[in-house]
Amino acid sequence: MSAPEPLRLHVPEPEVRPGDEPDFSHVQIPRAGSVPRPPVDVDPREIRDLAYSIIRVLNRQGEAVGPWAGTLSEDELRDGLRHMMTLRAFDARMQNAQRQGKTSFYMQHMGEEAVSCAFRRALEPGDMNFPTYRQAGLLIAGGYPMVEMMNQIFSNEADPLKGRQLPIMYSSKEHGFFSISGNLATQFIQAVGWAMASAISRDTRIAAGWIGDGSTAESDFHAALVFASTYRAPVVLNIVNNQWAISTFQGIARGGSGTFAARGLGFGIPALRVDGNDYLAVHAVAKWAVERARRNLGPTLIEHVTYRVGAHSTSDDPSAYRPKTESDAWPLGDPVIRLKKHLIKIGAWSDERHTQAEAEIMDEVVAAQREAEKHGTLHSGGKPSTRDMFEGVFATMPPHLRRQRQKAGV
Amino acid sequence: MARMTMIEAIRSAMDVSMGRDEKVVVFGEDVGYFGGVFRCTQGLQQKYGVTRCFDAPINEAGIVGTAIGMAAYGLRPCVEIQFADYVYPAYDQIVSEAARIRYRSNGQFTCPIVVRMPTGGGIFGGQTHSQSPEALFTHVSGLKTVVPSNPHDAKGLLIAAIEDPDPVIFLEPKRLYNGPFDGHHDRPVTPWSKHPLGEVPEGHFTVPLGEAVVRRPGSAVTVLTYGTMVHVAEAAAGESGVDAEVIDLRTLLPYDLEAITASVRKTRRCVVVHEATLTSGYGAELVSLVQEECFWHLEAPVARVAGYDTPYPHAQEWDYFPGPKRVAEALIATMEA
Ligand SMILES: Cc1ncc(C[n+]2csc(CCOP(=O)(O)OP(=O)(O)O)c2C)c(N)n1
Ligand SMILES: [Mg+2]
Repeated sequence: MSAPEPLRLHVPEPEVRPGDEPDFSHVQIPRAGSVPRPPVDVDPREIRDLAYSIIRVLNRQGEAVGPWAGTLSEDELRDGLRHMMTLRAFDARMQNAQRQGKTSFYMQHMGEEAVSCAFRRALEPGDMNFPTYRQAGLLIAGGYPMVEMMNQIFSNEADPLKGRQLPIMYSSKEHGFFSISGNLATQFIQAVGWAMASAISRDTRIAAGWIGDGSTAESDFHAALVFASTYRAPVVLNIVNNQWAISTFQGIARGGSGTFAARGLGFGIPALRVDGNDYLAVHAVAKWAVERARRNLGPTLIEHVTYRVGAHSTSDDPSAYRPKTESDAWPLGDPVIRLKKHLIKIGAWSDERHTQAEAEIMDEVVAAQREAEKHGTLHSGGKPSTRDMFEGVFATMPPHLRRQRQKAGV
Repeated sequence: MARMTMIEAIRSAMDVSMGRDEKVVVFGEDVGYFGGVFRCTQGLQQKYGVTRCFDAPINEAGIVGTAIGMAAYGLRPCVEIQFADYVYPAYDQIVSEAARIRYRSNGQFTCPIVVRMPTGGGIFGGQTHSQSPEALFTHVSGLKTVVPSNPHDAKGLLIAAIEDPDPVIFLEPKRLYNGPFDGHHDRPVTPWSKHPLGEVPEGHFTVPLGEAVVRRPGSAVTVLTYGTMVHVAEAAAGESGVDAEVIDLRTLLPYDLEAITASVRKTRRCVVVHEATLTSGYGAELVSLVQEECFWHLEAPVARVAGYDTPYPHAQEWDYFPGPKRVAEALIATMEA
């Protein structure tokens, strides 16, 4: 017998790097309309293949096809387009405001607008999201005022979070949006806990957890799946697979698992993959999962397949680690353009109306910004007080902190 | 000698260590191809290959846990946690495992790992990019904790840490990465290239763990500090007119008791300065040591200047940061006491 070959460490690497030709030929994309829509009370064991496919509704011609189509009216679709366009315009302005020094930091959604905007439509008032920093569409589509978001971004005197949080780390209990943590993945298991509480209390409200592809590697992700599975928690667990975690390609977090969705299978949780750039598909899948949760059928894991077109944040430059033109090669297209095309196709929209809407939306965003800036920006105008810094650590300020505040002279 | 920023010095320490010892491996989030979000590992993957410098999944417990396993095998992992604020998922691996493996196996297994992480505020990073958690490590038996204040020491200490037979927590004050920040946030920072401690030997050298250094000799009061606050304390001494002796501890555990007591017995006064929150901070340990060892020499109560006991705020960063003004006030008050 010959001696065994020495062992080798496998380190996954992306197909391409800067300077290479972008290549997504390895991404299997099923035809729109080709994936069946099972009943919500299906036995999870019967739909294991949905964790390896991609549910799509909009085809290349802009038609809505297949069993997942037809969940939204024309008005609702136009509304959805508006939400995505608003988020995009909002991002553009805030990105620019950061460059002008009006805030310290910003994170945009470019390319991922459909995910949070369409999902929000499937929820009811009272449901609770446990979001990451890349789901501002939940707020925009949920009617949270842009001025409030900007006040938070500018850390100004009207900031609802008193300047304590990093820009974009919003919180709005009223709008079903849990306080964002900078520490990845912590919210995913908390969403399960909130859902368990709703079930313990015989309530009817459900929770939605959110996590990025990279962050699924955290232990909290796996904790969420086991608790959700064990207690059949009324929760929708969303993975936003935008292909990148800062400079790290999704293969590092996914490892040998075929897909992120497939992580759910070992826990007996129904797992679906959806075209995250298809507003209609995201909504249809969200609706399906929300109904399951609401009908005591337990958790669902959804992998939204999308692409982070922009930089990770204003502190990042992706040209250092991926080809500059990679986003153009992304095969699922742009969510705004795809929904626009569909609306035109069904005669509910036109290029003229689109251009006009773009201008109107930009005006709204600019007006909101003007309003917010009246209350100050990070380095000028009104700011939260130094006193605010000491408040809110506890319900009642303990004596040692009071002493520190007095010593600080505020 | 070469001119280096603190980032370059830290990179050079890993480069030198990897070049000398193929047991040294480097990994962490975004550490491989990209070279780390602060670029401390830039070029190392290219030079040493993907099995010696690689990207890790985002799981800090996993990063430290695998490092411990590698160390048990016989490697010398030097891992990066992207920000000190994200080390908590790894806390169990560090506290219950890395710190105790030598003790509980009676030396059959050891844990020569280094866990590097950027620490401290001053970059408008809000509560999750600004924390100084050193006391959470100095409180644990079996861990060494290091906080450099300049490129020269960063390189020498990091090489010493990598070569050390026990686990070392290596906290890098991120506000110092590109220059000696003295707390005057409204003034431009001089780059390390214009600072004597930006001069760093290119090859192998060490700054031994456990040795403090006098950064500014003085006769009136001893300032015990480390990291960013070394520069703040130096500025405060100059601005207050108090002839303070500034001691840069460099290693918090094991600490250099001799350097501490020699200075305090000379000046008879002491101010302890750190950016971390006050209560149960590392400063409390320093004050106790000074009290135990120098009580009969003291002419004034030992004072502390530290971060307030609140999470690190975003907008109020400069109200929170214990800058030169607060340090100067403490120096003056200690002289008047
Ligand atoms: C516990 C923790 N570790 C590391 C980080 C640093 N970090 C911030 S975002 C990020 C990448 C996350 O990628 P992904 O989960 O894919 O989300 P995306 O940014 O793509 O939306 C990392 C590593 C962090 N914030 N928290
Ligand atoms: Mg991602």
